[in-house]
Amino acid sequence: MSVQTAPAAAPTPAAAPAVRRIAAQASFETRAILRNGEQLLVTIVLPVLVLVGLVRTSFLDLDTQGYTRIDFVTPGVLALAVMSTAFTSQAIATAFDRRNGVLRLMATTPLGRGGLLAGKVLGVLAVELVQVVVIAGVAVALGWRPELGALPAVVGAGLLGTAAFTALALLLAGTLRAEGVLAVANLVLVLLTVGGGVLLPAEQLAGPLAHAAVLLPSGALGEAMRGALLHGSVPAFSVVVLLGWTAALGAGAARLFRWH
Amino acid sequence: MPLSDAPAIDPAQAATAGATTPTAEARAAGAATGPDQAVAVEVRGLVKRYDGRAVVDGLDLVARPGAVTAVLGPNGAGKTTTIECCEGLRSPDGGTVRVLGRDPVADARALRPRVGVMLQDGGLPTGVRALELLRHVAAMYATPRPVDELAERLGLHGFARTTVRRLSGGQRQRVALAAAVVGRPDVVFLDEPSAGMDPQSRRAVWDLVRELRADGVAIVLTTHLMDEAADLADHVHVVDHGRVIASGSVRELTDAGTGPGTVRIEAAPGLDLTPLLTTLNTPSTPLSAGYLSSQSPPVQQIPSTQRSGQEGWVGSESEAGVYTLTGAVDPAALAAVTAWLAERGVLARSVTTGRRTLEDVFLDLTGRNLR
Repeated sequence: MSVQTAPAAAPTPAAAPAVRRIAAQASFETRAILRNGEQLLVTIVLPVLVLVGLVRTSFLDLDTQGYTRIDFVTPGVLALAVMSTAFTSQAIATAFDRRNGVLRLMATTPLGRGGLLAGKVLGVLAVELVQVVVIAGVAVALGWRPELGALPAVVGAGLLGTAAFTALALLLAGTLRAEGVLAVANLVLVLLTVGGGVLLPAEQLAGPLAHAAVLLPSGALGEAMRGALLHGSVPAFSVVVLLGWTAALGAGAARLFRWH
Repeated sequence: MPLSDAPAIDPAQAATAGATTPTAEARAAGAATGPDQAVAVEVRGLVKRYDGRAVVDGLDLVARPGAVTAVLGPNGAGKTTTIECCEGLRSPDGGTVRVLGRDPVADARALRPRVGVMLQDGGLPTGVRALELLRHVAAMYATPRPVDELAERLGLHGFARTTVRRLSGGQRQRVALAAAVVGRPDVVFLDEPSAGMDPQSRRAVWDLVRELRADGVAIVLTTHLMDEAADLADHVHVVDHGRVIASGSVRELTDAGTGPGTVRIEAAPGLDLTPLLTTLNTPSTPLSAGYLSSQSPPVQQIPSTQRSGQEGWVGSESEAGVYTLTGAVDPAALAAVTAWLAERGVLARSVTTGRRTLEDVFLDLTGRNLR
């Protein structure tokens, strides 16, 4: 019953340092996505198939604007990869975590809601890194020879796109039923891929889409990636569009996200 | 008393002492540095509305360190909502909630390391392996319990590498419980911890809960399992329609009200209990006997412990041929019962005496109808 030694006997419950908590969560999220077959299909297999399909087949008659097919297509595929991870994959994962109470449970641990969000964003970036390595590897094998000086601009475009699409993912995941998110997130990915100015420049789209797509986050991200890799700089217009979407979607998610 | 004069903890001294097993004294000493020493959870006049409808409506609840506090109630009574307000997952619409003297929403950052939570629906990610998940939750704490030892205690090693998705309900519950306690919390909230568990799992869980109690942890659990509350709880709050309608130790609850015992008779159906109740009530309390005999039809329902203030025998044919009498069971009462049967030429299949169970109390308080 000695009060002198008793306090040492029981470690006072304390949180791990924030960096360790967030790193643990980021690693946990990354592993969860890379281990899930459907997630891998959307984030890795789909972009690679699109890349190989557009470069090696000619069922789409591309106007490559004087570039080689691989140089012209790869930036768009990288943009598609960002969309698939930051948006579709993250929206579905978060929606089911929300339905299963995972978000609430982790929010009661020292990780908290802020740490959970930080872990998710870092997890997205980690998966994107894997995607870039795989897609760039395949592209190089197909003859892609990018300027290494474009790397900072590519990273910048990727981060801007990730911010906008993660905000959209959280807005959906925090407001709709999990099954609804599953449907919407996949459908939106398909629609934006086909008509959102991701893979091909918006001006090559039919009719009014040519003007509208550059205002979409997908079109802006596609233009940013092509600008970075084809012209060595990200167009200011795309940066503004992506920042605008991030602000609007982020504010919406912050206001409307329901944890229950 | 070591609590009131516990000295400020000297970190250097604490670091050199070197022992690692938590003890009740240590928890109590630690608690003494907090704003409130004796109360771990205090809920006063809690109100929570969903779409304008009050799910919790003026609920009071107290839980103490080193004790198991059970929140017992039918489905929809407001148990989970109350617990979620304590966990900081919902903001109250009225009243106050204090956990370890702090506001669960405003002081969430300070409370999270000290509060362990097991959600009713588990809240476990489904795509990861059982022990991987537990290690992940443990990584959120500075000095978690050793994961392997905890897994051993709860028998998690048998399915350590199985994904949560493939676990049975009871296995998931055990993983969720492990996650709730891995951070060595001072307060643990367990929302229906035994749901879906086989008897062996339940025993393991109850043993762990008792061990936590011995270590000075405040445990708050919701349940609608009577035996769980009766066996585990030091204090029971019976909740219905968002309020606490009865509160006390199991003993206090089962002793309260109409009487300390029951007589259960299995015999032919349709016997009139009125003469028996009159006999039973006549010698000791004429007043209540008069009250009962004035009612010409037999009493068909056991009055609730709240409604019947007076001592006296009450009884009913709870199902065809099964009669339950509640009152002060003594040899004379049993003789009256057998005499009543003999007068009617009825041979009972069984006559058993016993105390009122927690289930009796609960059903009396919350009603026997399905809802």
